[in-house]
Amino acid sequence: MNPLIHTPAVELGRMIATGETCSEEVVQAHLDRIGAVDSDINAFLYVDTERALAQARAVDARVAAGERLGPLAGVPIGVKDAFTYMGAPTTCGSAMLRDWRPPYTSTVVQHLLDAGLVILGKTNMDEFAMGSSTENSAFGPTHNPWDLTRIPGGSGGGSSAALAAFEAPLAIGSDTGGSIRQPASVTGTVGVKPTYGGCSRYGLVATASSLDQAGPCARSVMDAALLHQVMAGYDPKDSTSIDQPVPGVVEAAGRRDVKGMRIGVVTDLGGEGYAPGVTQRFNETVELLAGADAEIVEVSCPYFRYALPAYYLIMPSEVSSNLARFDAMRYGLRVGDDGSHSAEQVMKLSRGANFGPEVIRRVILGTYALSSGYYDAYYGSAQKVRTLIIRDFSRAFEQADVLVSPATPTTAFKLGERVDDPMAMYQADLATIPTNLAGNTAASFPVGLAPEDGLPVGFQVMAPPMREDRVYQVGSAVEALWEDTWGAPLWTQLVTREDAR
Amino acid sequence: MGSASVDPASDKGGRTMSDDELMDYDEVMDRFDPVIGLEVHVELNTASKMFCSCSTGFGGEPNSQTCPVCLGLPGSLPVVNGKAVESAIRIGLALNCSIATWCRFARKNYFYPDMTKNFQISQYDEPLCFDGQVEVETDDGMFTVPIERAHMEEDAGKSLHVGGATGRIQGADHSLMDYNRAGVPLIEIVTRPVIGAGSKAPQVARAYVTFLRDMVCALGVSDVRMEQGSLRCDANISLMPKGSTVLGTRTETKNVNSLRSVEKALTYEIRRQGAILAAGGRIKQETRHWHEDGEYTSAGRSKEQAEDYRYFPEPDLVPVAPAPAWVEDLRATIPQPPAVVRAALRQKWGFSAAEMRDVVAAEALDLLIATVEAGASPQAARKWWMTELLRRANAADTSLDQLPITASQVAEIQALVDESVINDKVARHVFEAVLAGQGEPRAIVEQQGLAVVMDVDALQAAVDQAIAADPDAAAKIRDGKVQAVGALIGAVMRLMKGQADAATVRRLILDTLG
Repeated sequence: MNPLIHTPAVELGRMIATGETCSEEVVQAHLDRIGAVDSDINAFLYVDTERALAQARAVDARVAAGERLGPLAGVPIGVKDAFTYMGAPTTCGSAMLRDWRPPYTSTVVQHLLDAGLVILGKTNMDEFAMGSSTENSAFGPTHNPWDLTRIPGGSGGGSSAALAAFEAPLAIGSDTGGSIRQPASVTGTVGVKPTYGGCSRYGLVATASSLDQAGPCARSVMDAALLHQVMAGYDPKDSTSIDQPVPGVVEAAGRRDVKGMRIGVVTDLGGEGYAPGVTQRFNETVELLAGADAEIVEVSCPYFRYALPAYYLIMPSEVSSNLARFDAMRYGLRVGDDGSHSAEQVMKLSRGANFGPEVIRRVILGTYALSSGYYDAYYGSAQKVRTLIIRDFSRAFEQADVLVSPATPTTAFKLGERVDDPMAMYQADLATIPTNLAGNTAASFPVGLAPEDGLPVGFQVMAPPMREDRVYQVGSAVEALWEDTWGAPLWTQLVTREDAR
Repeated sequence: MGSASVDPASDKGGRTMSDDELMDYDEVMDRFDPVIGLEVHVELNTASKMFCSCSTGFGGEPNSQTCPVCLGLPGSLPVVNGKAVESAIRIGLALNCSIATWCRFARKNYFYPDMTKNFQISQYDEPLCFDGQVEVETDDGMFTVPIERAHMEEDAGKSLHVGGATGRIQGADHSLMDYNRAGVPLIEIVTRPVIGAGSKAPQVARAYVTFLRDMVCALGVSDVRMEQGSLRCDANISLMPKGSTVLGTRTETKNVNSLRSVEKALTYEIRRQGAILAAGGRIKQETRHWHEDGEYTSAGRSKEQAEDYRYFPEPDLVPVAPAPAWVEDLRATIPQPPAVVRAALRQKWGFSAAEMRDVVAAEALDLLIATVEAGASPQAARKWWMTELLRRANAADTSLDQLPITASQVAEIQALVDESVINDKVARHVFEAVLAGQGEPRAIVEQQGLAVVMDVDALQAAVDQAIAADPDAAAKIRDGKVQAVGALIGAVMRLMKGQADAATVRRLILDTLG
């Protein structure tokens, strides 16, 4: 196996810049890896081989010409298929957009290109980012590299699985209710949801506009921070983006120290309903942080229990409106256009045929919740809960610099296990949703394997809006403390396992 | 795509009435009080669209003025056009509205192929401008029209239905979409129910739309061309039995594309509703389509089952919160209301109240202003526009501004009169020629040899000939009966084929006869 695929992005960037290797070699190694394993993983929906190699050679030429490029120049990356990237399809995991090629590039992807990152292709996802397992993809589920019979999380399972399968050293995702953090948690990788407005949503196909946020996925905290630095920043094309400097994430990711930090354990996110191994690794992590001289406090956020029901009103409401444009009139797969159907009927037939059951479920839920006579009771009440959750966070952040919890209640469940039980599926986002509703920042960091099933457990760190530096600081400390215990990063166990086979 | 059942103006159900089926207008007024409500859409003349930087230019190649945002492509996001907000606030201030210190856009959700996102970004329960009122001029003086709100929204695209007989979607073979207009900024101005106008209701409605047109024009925020759709009016009307305070069922008449139509469509609807109610019938809550050519309305979409637009705050946009200081700065830019401007002009021009009212009613004020600016006296400008030209406009069933003559041409003709190059009679001939597209006034006079004869020898010869031909008249004048000069002037003018200055001729005759 080519050792380049096991090399951290920060190291790849350095090696490319110094000429120890070149981008083309690094990109080719990852393309080879995709060719070798992706038939088992199904992390990629589209591999942009020729263009990736051309981009790599362009970076190499600039390096050869003595140009000083950014730290990730020449490093390959996978892009969740919810981001537009001109020249490649953007399907959002939906049959509706099977052949749609957007005529423009999203701001975040443009940032990647500007920083010299090389785009390998588009990664698999639950249809329109609705799901926690990628089983809702119209193009087949993604498999968890730790156990191919298990889910890689969702909606961004393709991005996280690509990292865990060493098909890409970096990836980007989008997090509406946990779609970056929950896949990171169950694949033993790092996933960060920035503050709402931290990264531009322009060109990120909307699921729920007030909740969606683009963020980095990586195997290490520093890699995530370097990618975060590239992705984030104000964009005049997104009215909801924040016109402030990006928090000092790279510096924070290098700190690996939590001395004197007040870390709040959210008592409402844990205990009953959380798997024993998840609880165990979470508690051990808190103890490690205490041992590193962090101040551990318990905080209560009583309204978090209403986050899931509120989310499943707000999210589908926005979905019902955002997905209305998929009527097959201007783009998208048209059904029933045989001269015998009216425009309205063609819209209905196309939507009925192209949307999967989960998307249809949420469109119906949202249409209902926004209907006159129900609006106040559903959408209106949910917005009030949202305000109460923001208040919970504000109070908690008076007592603690960051809040921590398990990222998701269980480890990766079996493929097919929850497909017929939406309520069970929704539970996977229990701990991640409050952050989306409040708009602050959070991340999941790997903290080992659950003893009962040997599968990764994620540790969630939440911080106030625009305090991503605290998330990375705590993440870097968690990473350092566990690596001291294990002697190597968690992902090396995947290499060992593969070598043993 | 085949024809669809989503056409808002299908003609089934509600019936069109012929004139003798309609109730007599005065009879309706004896029994009912009309209540009107007007929704006016003003298309702003900002250079770019409401939420993207595409051009708003009219008449471009179809779909040439589009981008991912106004096409509603997946992933695109709207950004508010600050200039449009400014224009909206200025309109609100001109309507004496309060301006919200904080308000949001809302999504109005419905499926229609001319909507790229299948929702329209509009405003719902938080309009930018609210609670205003305007004074409009009627024959009886001023009438107050209460304004409920003025809010911002985006326009939809245009459909072209091909292959049918009517241009409507029914029977069409296929439909073509042009999204150049999609996302053009609109301001929707909604009145409260206007009660108490009585038989003047249609006139109040017309005066109100006229006010809006003039005011918006004076603000410079829109082209307000009704025929191009940059000012569109939906006229609601219901009848309330005399003595009742319960509002009747209303109809909403669309496609009212001229000021005359506002008045005529409402008059028609009053008479139609009156006939139905008097016969014990019930008014259907529906949209009505105004047919300008036949001057009647026909039934459109039923509104008895209110459509549920599932409004909710637009999450892709941040709230609009105009700073009070900015609003005050904008307030200072609001021109005086048209009525005040008119009063000042009337004073300055020395017109009587009745003269001014006639000018306004004939929609001649802007033309008069332009004619005066081009050098004519106010009296001369009024004389030509309100007699010669108004007669021709009425005869052609058109409006003054549609006549093929400009204010500067009128001023030029008057200048020719003032310079005694032509007289009034020849001037009328020149008007005719200009209207017939024969060119500019001065050129017409030259080319057709219409200039009055200033050659004294030629005139003297004609005078001598006239005196010789009418010795009786000449004798009377010699006897001091100067009024007899008229007959001789007439004779000279006939000899000169009208191309003489009457005052000069008179002086010559009197001089000749000592």
